[in-house]
Amino acid sequence: MTGALPFRLLPEVTPENAHFWRGGAEGELRFLHCAACDRFVHPPAPRCPSCLRAELAVRASSGRARLHTFTVNHQPWIPGFDPPYVVAIVELEEQPDLRLTTNVVGCAPEALRIGMPLRVVFEAREDDVFLPLFEPAPEVAAP
Amino acid sequence: MTRAREIGERKAAVTGIGQSRVGRRLGLDPLALTLDACLAAIEDAGLRREDIDGLSTYPGAFSAGAPGFSGAGVAEVQDALRLELDWYAGGLEHPGQFGSVANACAAIAAGLARHVLCFRTVWESTAQGGGRRAGIGTGAGGRFRASGSLQWTLPFGAASAAVWIAMMAQRHFHVYGTTREQLAWIALSGRRHAALNPNAIFRDPLTLEDYLAARMISTPFCLYDCDVPVDGSTAFVISHVDAARDLRHPPVRFEAVGTAIRGRPSWDQWDDLTTMALRDAAAMMWSRTDLRPSDVDLAELYDGFSFIALCWLEALGFCERGEGGPFVEGGTRIALDGVLPLNTQGGQLSAGRLHGYGFLHEAVVQLRGAAGARQVPGRPEVAVAGAGGGPLGGCVLLTRS
Repeated sequence: MTGALPFRLLPEVTPENAHFWRGGAEGELRFLHCAACDRFVHPPAPRCPSCLRAELAVRASSGRARLHTFTVNHQPWIPGFDPPYVVAIVELEEQPDLRLTTNVVGCAPEALRIGMPLRVVFEAREDDVFLPLFEPAPEVAAP
Repeated sequence: MTRAREIGERKAAVTGIGQSRVGRRLGLDPLALTLDACLAAIEDAGLRREDIDGLSTYPGAFSAGAPGFSGAGVAEVQDALRLELDWYAGGLEHPGQFGSVANACAAIAAGLARHVLCFRTVWESTAQGGGRRAGIGTGAGGRFRASGSLQWTLPFGAASAAVWIAMMAQRHFHVYGTTREQLAWIALSGRRHAALNPNAIFRDPLTLEDYLAARMISTPFCLYDCDVPVDGSTAFVISHVDAARDLRHPPVRFEAVGTAIRGRPSWDQWDDLTTMALRDAAAMMWSRTDLRPSDVDLAELYDGFSFIALCWLEALGFCERGEGGPFVEGGTRIALDGVLPLNTQGGQLSAGRLHGYGFLHEAVVQLRGAAGARQVPGRPEVAVAGAGGGPLGGCVLLTRS
């Protein structure tokens, strides 16, 4: 269902990015991954930027992340997508440089703390696009 | 190390500067503004247009999705002035706005040109004013789809550099304890300087209370952290030093330029979001000179958003990493009579978004001792100007002959 959702500008889905934008259909936040380096590559690229091999495979991440930074946006930029809303950069737990710009939902702006644990939730949109948003997650005890 | 290389930019000097009318919603043809600035710069150099054999600009003819961002391209200016050129370049993929200036220095050092005319024109105030600023993505009958790098930000409402840079500032606040009360001084100090600049847009006093009470744009940025769109054009003549000696003004020489980028060219994938590409440009610039930050008499640093100027101060070594907030707090150090006068024309926050070129213009005016009421005392000899933020950044170190 998309009827109750706010307007959003959506991505153009291509063969190169479909794993990312449509992985949410199966509840998975997917990235390209280089098996040789054990490294996720994002945004999608033809080769691993470390070893330059072209054999990248799609792999699901945990969807667990930490809040790297954020802003509470008050300015209307996009007609139909009304402020205030929280824009964030999150870092996936798998890899320090595996980052996304996203929205944090289900959290009062005053409760946002850089470093707080988050988990992905998908917003199903037109064109079979599933936008990865993030919500607060329980703190995982350090091993 | 880079130091072993030839420092080609030392063959180049700024010999002429020019500026059109600068203002809000002038309603003038941006090409006309451009020619005003270009002819003023040629005249200021004591040259004739027949002497100009190179032309360089940022961002070149360009209009997609950014009304008023480019006022003229290379071809329009060449044709309007019927210039006969040996070399020209215009484009967006540069180390910030000063990439076009570094290109001119490189062309001169390579012997491709002797007198390069550089220009940057904006008419965002007129183009976006009067309700003419369409919302992002409202074209294409609602079928707009974001592609390229924008696909990673637009779906989440991260539709402006204000949002992207606000997140960098927030990270800096978190890591280093920087506060809005500190950041404010980029804006407050600029406004004090603008009061002495008859061409500035905002000249009324601005207090910390005004700043803290202003509406938020994207936290931690309020209205006064964001520069003001204007119409206006700025131009320079950059000449080979051998051709600069007998011109109207003593040349202002390039001691070093910085054009490097080492991290990922991205607003959100950059390795350390408490700094920017300007980090690498600044390091490169210092690697090409024996001068040190303590030799610099004044700094003209891009403040399209206040936090960018703070980043430039740290990257250029005027304070330690993370110490930009305490450095600017209170405004004493960055005042006209401070240890490092900053944005002496008012910056883009108060003097208008001339998009980088205004800082180089002001640096030359100050080194000439021609800044009137806002002149930095003590006959300044060395100035730094830096432009750009996020993944774009370039800087120049200038000396008075």
